[in-house]
Amino acid sequence: MSTIAAPSYLQAGHTLRTWYATSDHKRIAWLFLISMTAFFFVGGAAAVVMRMELVTPAGDLVSDETYNRLFTMHGVIMVWFFLVPSIPATLGNFLVPLMIGAKDLAFPRLNLLSWYLYAGGAVFVILTLLFGGVDTGWTFYAPYSTLFSNSNVVLAVTGVFVVGFSSILTGLNMIVTIHRLRAPGMTWFRLPLFVWSIYATSLILVLATPVLAMTLLLIAIERIGGIGIFDPSMGGDPLLFQHLFWFYSHPAVYIMILPGMGVVSEIIPCFARQEIFGYRFMAYALLAIAVIGFLVWGHHMFVSGQSMYAGLVFSLLSFLVAVPSAIKVFNWTTTLYKGCISFTAPMLYAIGFIGLFALGGTTGLFLATLAVDVHVHDTYFVVAHFHYIMVGGMVMAYFGGLHFWWPKMTGRTYSERWAQAAAIITFFGFNLTFFPQFLLGYLGMPRRYHAYPEEFEFLNVLSSAGASLLAVGYLLPLFYLARSMLRGESAPVNPWDATGLEWQTSSPPPVENFTTPPVVTQPPYQYTPVE
Amino acid sequence: MSATAFQESQPVSREEPIGTIGMWVFIATEVLFFGALFTAYGIYRHAYAESFASASHRLDFMLGTINTAVLLTSSFTMALAVLAVKARSRRATIAALAATVVLGAIFLGIKGLEYSHEFAEHLAPWRADASFAFGTGSAAHQRLFFNFYFAMTGLHAVHLVVGIGVVVGVSVMTLRRNAARVERLVEGTGLYWHFVDIVWVFLYPMLYLVGR
Amino acid sequence: MSGNILFPPAAALEATRVDHLFYFLIGVSLLVVGGVGVLLIVFAVRYRRGHHVNRKWRRSHRGAIEYTWTIAPFLIFLTFFAWGAKLYVDLHSPERDALTIYGVGKQWMWKFEHPGGQREIDELHVPSGRPVRILLASQDVIHSFFVPAFRTKQDAVPGYLTSTWFTATQRGDFHLFCAEFCGTQHSAMIGRVIVMAPEDYAAWLERERPVESLASRGRALFRELGCSQCHQSGKTDLAPPLEGLFGREAALSDGRRIVADENYLSDSILYPDRQIVAGYEPRMPSFAGQIDATQLFALLAYIEVLGHVSEQP
Repeated sequence: MSTIAAPSYLQAGHTLRTWYATSDHKRIAWLFLISMTAFFFVGGAAAVVMRMELVTPAGDLVSDETYNRLFTMHGVIMVWFFLVPSIPATLGNFLVPLMIGAKDLAFPRLNLLSWYLYAGGAVFVILTLLFGGVDTGWTFYAPYSTLFSNSNVVLAVTGVFVVGFSSILTGLNMIVTIHRLRAPGMTWFRLPLFVWSIYATSLILVLATPVLAMTLLLIAIERIGGIGIFDPSMGGDPLLFQHLFWFYSHPAVYIMILPGMGVVSEIIPCFARQEIFGYRFMAYALLAIAVIGFLVWGHHMFVSGQSMYAGLVFSLLSFLVAVPSAIKVFNWTTTLYKGCISFTAPMLYAIGFIGLFALGGTTGLFLATLAVDVHVHDTYFVVAHFHYIMVGGMVMAYFGGLHFWWPKMTGRTYSERWAQAAAIITFFGFNLTFFPQFLLGYLGMPRRYHAYPEEFEFLNVLSSAGASLLAVGYLLPLFYLARSMLRGESAPVNPWDATGLEWQTSSPPPVENFTTPPVVTQPPYQYTPVE
Repeated sequence: MSATAFQESQPVSREEPIGTIGMWVFIATEVLFFGALFTAYGIYRHAYAESFASASHRLDFMLGTINTAVLLTSSFTMALAVLAVKARSRRATIAALAATVVLGAIFLGIKGLEYSHEFAEHLAPWRADASFAFGTGSAAHQRLFFNFYFAMTGLHAVHLVVGIGVVVGVSVMTLRRNAARVERLVEGTGLYWHFVDIVWVFLYPMLYLVGR
Repeated sequence: MSGNILFPPAAALEATRVDHLFYFLIGVSLLVVGGVGVLLIVFAVRYRRGHHVNRKWRRSHRGAIEYTWTIAPFLIFLTFFAWGAKLYVDLHSPERDALTIYGVGKQWMWKFEHPGGQREIDELHVPSGRPVRILLASQDVIHSFFVPAFRTKQDAVPGYLTSTWFTATQRGDFHLFCAEFCGTQHSAMIGRVIVMAPEDYAAWLERERPVESLASRGRALFRELGCSQCHQSGKTDLAPPLEGLFGREAALSDGRRIVADENYLSDSILYPDRQIVAGYEPRMPSFAGQIDATQLFALLAYIEVLGHVSEQP
């Protein structure tokens, strides 16, 4: 370990300019991390107000108009300004070059441009908020968004359009980096699964996002110019919008889970002191999800009026895409078998992830089952399902990863006990918030309802109570991680005794990542479960 | 953006230069970007065949064809530039790049002329004087055709403008640096230019040759 | 209303069938997810750090294990698929003798019209024990007709004609929701479905009977809009005859043959150049944006009546 001479990336310049004009992937990761955290709490605040409104059946806290804007902004911000870039642009940005033994990403300045595009998109979203928001739902369904809504649709879709190019550039950068900048000996099947997951995600980012960009462009043009592409009175087809939108947005769901799977695949072997079970299956499963994910968009449209035969095909393909996810759950579980498990905060998040993801995935099967979907489509069942995947899955993994690599990123340790408490509170808060929503959905409560019939009250109150607990779980890290940054003890090079190149360089790493170029001689996850 | 990409590429000995791979990935993105629009067009073209055919007949077939020839020629000169830079001939490289820029500009000029004709003939759907009752089919669907026509050719033109800008930039760099250092730059730019060309090769039959 | 905190009332044949499938899904999931969950906990406890157990493990048969848990889930999923698909196909194949009621979604209300011309807003009276088909259109944005007690849902899409059907079994009032976000008062677009005994339904129809049936309003419209100028009975030179058309096959100019159902007829009125009848010029104007969904339904009802009229020459 050569930890002596080279100054860490955090010490290389302290002026503001060394941050906003940096091309160091580690600093850009921080730029993303800070701006995304801000948006996470803005989107979260919208959710809090919504949950407060739903405590009583009557729409008495905010007006219907406000409520519609709240859930739209919650969706837009959480999807495009938090979940999509969350792991790829922060942990991915920070770790991929370290994990493959590279000095930086393939195009460092393009990487900085990604962040500026993100910030540019953010400006539009903030303007949207300042001008009173947008009320179409994050899906921007035509013809509501094009002909009927009186809100700032154009401003909002411009923001999403711009941030989309940020995603595309991040994806492009990752693909080229992983293809070309691997250290000597780092063959494809020696890549950590986290890198595989970022690779699979990047394929989706690069191939699906442009379709979203075009679709939103058409929405904007149609709204401004009344061109009729989605307007039935002019011969346009509103269902075409849904096809184009979900062609992006279903794969985007996998953008919002694959990196989480990658993170968990790093954490579990480390704290089970055991090689991951079925490495190759795990890597192939990531790719399979990315590829098959492009063929299932129509399962969002089983009751939309698309043909029955299309429904049948999309249903079958949706079951097919569930297989690799099932494999992953089995393999993580088996990795624990005969391991030597310690329950650190990252591990608690990871185990929580498996449970919540398994439940979210299984309810996804319910939704792929045609006749059941007809009943629960557009109800709280769907809301619960995708929150189990995206929040129960991705956000748990994101927090897990943040804790796992925090010592590497900052060079500081945090309070383990507080972190464990936060993980446990989050897990229970999450379940209390979202499990009742499955029941609400089957009972028939439609989503996006500002007021609702009285028989749904009890479950809604439970859900809102859970949300307050969940909020505590999310706010806690803000404090103890800030404290760690200011006063934390300095972290050793490899606090978890983990394998992986990122743990061989100093904490925090030097600007050039490694003082001597690393050479890889063995597969990943060479752990032995001996105490 | 692509220019930034190239400056940042680190020399790696193996296989293709890193910037070229980056450009291929970017082109994949672009294919999907245009693909969405082409798919939408294709669906309506199929649903409203009559209206689209009669609307297509209102386009200037002659100018469209000339423009196709102009753009294909520009691809040829772009290819020459790549050959020249590989042969380390700075003068030939710059000449070929300049020819490419000129041809691209001619294309845009002709396109502008076409647009002005269409404006004069009340075919621009967003203008107050637009009117679309001609031949067989319904006016609404002919209007839809012209919406697609302007959206697709407009988007293509924007890509071409960017392309011209990049080629100009690369020419300036070729003037300043030696040919070896700009080789990858010219190559990547060439890829982009050919892509924009190929988009037109699809647009031309889709828009001008409907029902001909 | 029956039903409880976990399950909504099951007031139609379809509801019970969907529930059975749902129970099956829950059962299998409990088995699999529960199994994984138990293993997760057992492993976590047994192999925790500091607990002295045998950790020697020769990872043999790894390939076999993984192929098993790749193929086994897929086979289980196939049963889900097949069962769900069966019910979905049923949902798209209404009984021939189903009673058709016309429904229009409109910001922010549901309007229904019975064949006799009885109209209602945010209420839908249906008889029990008889298949009822709801033909749906939208006046503005996308809405979704959702009756949780029937486990049925169908979007109403502008420019499209969609349909759903059910056989109500239990009398009473049930929620009718709009499930697709449709604007400011989306959550106020709530109505009731009132399931009545057939004789009560007949009495209700009688009580609400208007002067004109739906079809006779359609006939008036047919003249008013000028349809009758080309589509005249007995004349076939300008436009294809409509007598006896409904439910029959029509030959199109591109060689396809298509059954003249409500969808085809509605398409022909709104987007005439999508399908041209063989032997005719595409000269019919589009009525998209000219007539509203209620008028469209009146025309369809009239054309349907025309179809039956000449069936007994």
